[in-house]
Amino acid sequence: MLQIKNLHAGVEGKDILKGIDLDVNAGEVHAIMGPNGSGKSTLASVIAGKEEFELHQGEIVFEGAEISELDPEERAHKGLFLSFQYPIEIPGVSVTNFIKTAINETRKAKGLDDMPASDMLKKIKEKADMLEIDRKFLSRSLNEGFSGGEKKRNEIFQLAMMEPKLAILDETDSGLDIDALKVVANGVNKLKSKDNAVIVITHYQRLLDYIVPDHVHVLMGGKIVKSGGKELAHKLEAQGYDWIKEELV
Amino acid sequence: MAKFTEDDLKKELETKEYEYGFYTDIESDTFPVGLNEDVVRAISKKKEEPEWMTEWRLESFRYWKEMIEPEWANVHYNKPDFQNISYYSAPNKKPKYDSLDEVDPELLDTFNKLGISLDEQKKLAGVAVDIVMDSVSVTTTFKDTLAKKGIIFCSISEAIKEHPELVKKYIGSVVPQKDNFYAALNSAVFSDGSFCYIPKGVRCPMELSTYFRINQAGTGQFERTLVIADEDSYVSYLEGCTAPMRDENQLHAAVVELVALDGAEIKYSTVQNWFPGGKDGKGGVFNFVTKRGLCEKNAKISWTQVETGSAVTWKYPSCILKGDNSIGEFYSIAVTNNYQQADTGTKMIHLGKNTKSTIISKGISAGKSQNSYRGLVQINSRAANARNFSQCDSLLMGNECGAHTFPYIEAKNKTAQVEHEATTSKIGEDQIFYCNQRGIDTEKAIALIVNGFSKEVLNKLPMEFAVEAQKLLEISLEGSVG
Repeated sequence: MLQIKNLHAGVEGKDILKGIDLDVNAGEVHAIMGPNGSGKSTLASVIAGKEEFELHQGEIVFEGAEISELDPEERAHKGLFLSFQYPIEIPGVSVTNFIKTAINETRKAKGLDDMPASDMLKKIKEKADMLEIDRKFLSRSLNEGFSGGEKKRNEIFQLAMMEPKLAILDETDSGLDIDALKVVANGVNKLKSKDNAVIVITHYQRLLDYIVPDHVHVLMGGKIVKSGGKELAHKLEAQGYDWIKEELV
Repeated sequence: MAKFTEDDLKKELETKEYEYGFYTDIESDTFPVGLNEDVVRAISKKKEEPEWMTEWRLESFRYWKEMIEPEWANVHYNKPDFQNISYYSAPNKKPKYDSLDEVDPELLDTFNKLGISLDEQKKLAGVAVDIVMDSVSVTTTFKDTLAKKGIIFCSISEAIKEHPELVKKYIGSVVPQKDNFYAALNSAVFSDGSFCYIPKGVRCPMELSTYFRINQAGTGQFERTLVIADEDSYVSYLEGCTAPMRDENQLHAAVVELVALDGAEIKYSTVQNWFPGGKDGKGGVFNFVTKRGLCEKNAKISWTQVETGSAVTWKYPSCILKGDNSIGEFYSIAVTNNYQQADTGTKMIHLGKNTKSTIISKGISAGKSQNSYRGLVQINSRAANARNFSQCDSLLMGNECGAHTFPYIEAKNKTAQVEHEATTSKIGEDQIFYCNQRGIDTEKAIALIVNGFSKEVLNKLPMEFAVEAQKLLEISLEGSVG
């Protein structure tokens, strides 16, 4: 589904990502872990197409096509979803209106008509229930005055509504208490299928107890320095990152 | 039949070419340029006005001659040469043509671009409307319904002839002839405009809008509007149209006077989309308008405006809260793009006790434009327990535009409560990226953000207008982010 080859990217000519290789197949969950400043969020942004990052070398192939020249919305239309670490506020635009626009714009890009209002409402209700989201929440301005937990839950709500092929969850666990974490993880698990894939970016093992990864990668200094199964995450939780650094020396 | 439906609107708005306005060259009855007492007399004569009106105009002209153009606004432009303007230009009154086939194809083309119905096209072009058509026309139905309630709704010229007692009593009562330079000029040379009278206790059963659109064709650059809501009556009045008006007249100086007698309510909504000038800042309309309403006891006036057009805007719809317990409201969205300049806001003059006013102003600046809010809240010494709440928000797009706020507060009564809130924000790349990532392209993302920003004001517009206005905001800001 996603093949990243020798990816070098950064800002102002400087590489933050220094040669990333990553293969994600349908049906898989990948976890990317690493200390602060290792390039985890940059990787998420580069895959999603954030303009401030330049791609210096390498390629990003999604669903068989090179996407690094595409606009972020075109990548989204192909089924790429990024759950933001810091979701953005848009005052005066309700959660419902925003997701409705997102879905219909995506449909439009595929040559489809707007989703009928009744279908939209049904879907909203279903997904909101799944994530235990209060109906009143949906008419609030997007992310405005939301608590950290509400913001993250709203990201996963959007994920549930958009039904992407590949979801990248950037630090979705930060700001969530344990109950909210369970609800969110449970939501992600329900959405998982053999046809889609998830990349979980996290500092902590905690989330991975609920969203169990097939592969764990350690990102350090802009490179994937170690990959393994879920047991790698446990080892990192217990021992930190120093032992990997030592291995590398 | 000629009802302007939402579908018509959609069609109209899909035609993006008119983003830059349109231009038609149609013969009309036009005076030579220049302004003096003879010209004022000639205008009055042309309109077959009674003596008192002619005198009123002349008096205004004499005031105007002594006045100088105001320069305090935060706008810069080359002053018009007032002796190089033609002060009268009217399309022929009589039907010019027997069928649409005879009408200038250029004009018809313009109408089609705007998605104007055939029926309406005939009216606008001055084609004789046959009897069958007329019997079902909106205008006639409209007039019948209104007449049954005793509502007078006609052109100001007609009102001067048919209802001189009302016009004589109220014209200039809210905006005096010598109020300001442009008001004096308008009083001297106003071409036409609308008159509306709602009798005591009558609730006007419809938004006065569709009719206006038709009625508006042919009103000139100096428009005069007078709305009188008698005791305990209600009217919602819609002015303007989202269709852009490319106009040879560079200067527009309208006057609008609203009179809300005891217990009456007037809602006055405007969408203004005159030619803003080219992307290079050349051309465009100067819009110097005086709009003011007078509230008697327990009366209420709400101004709602969406201003997207004109190269230079100078406009302060105001309320004089004369009567006790009267209420004034001002809701505004002003969009400036490219080289547009807007200096707009309101004045709330609290004279009566327990008077209340609310000001919500949303300024959106893009391109190299300058957008200023200028507002005065004045609490008179007798206005015990007066309250005002003002909120001025500015949204900036890009790095070359400007937003300015000039709030003036004069409180002469200790019991007054005046609140002012202001925010300035910028559409951030992060906001756009967030939308992009959800499949929403940049253009649509801006529209979404701008609509969210303007929501409190858009919500104040009558339903049909709100949809138009929302679309208009999108069109006005198209291409403003690279």
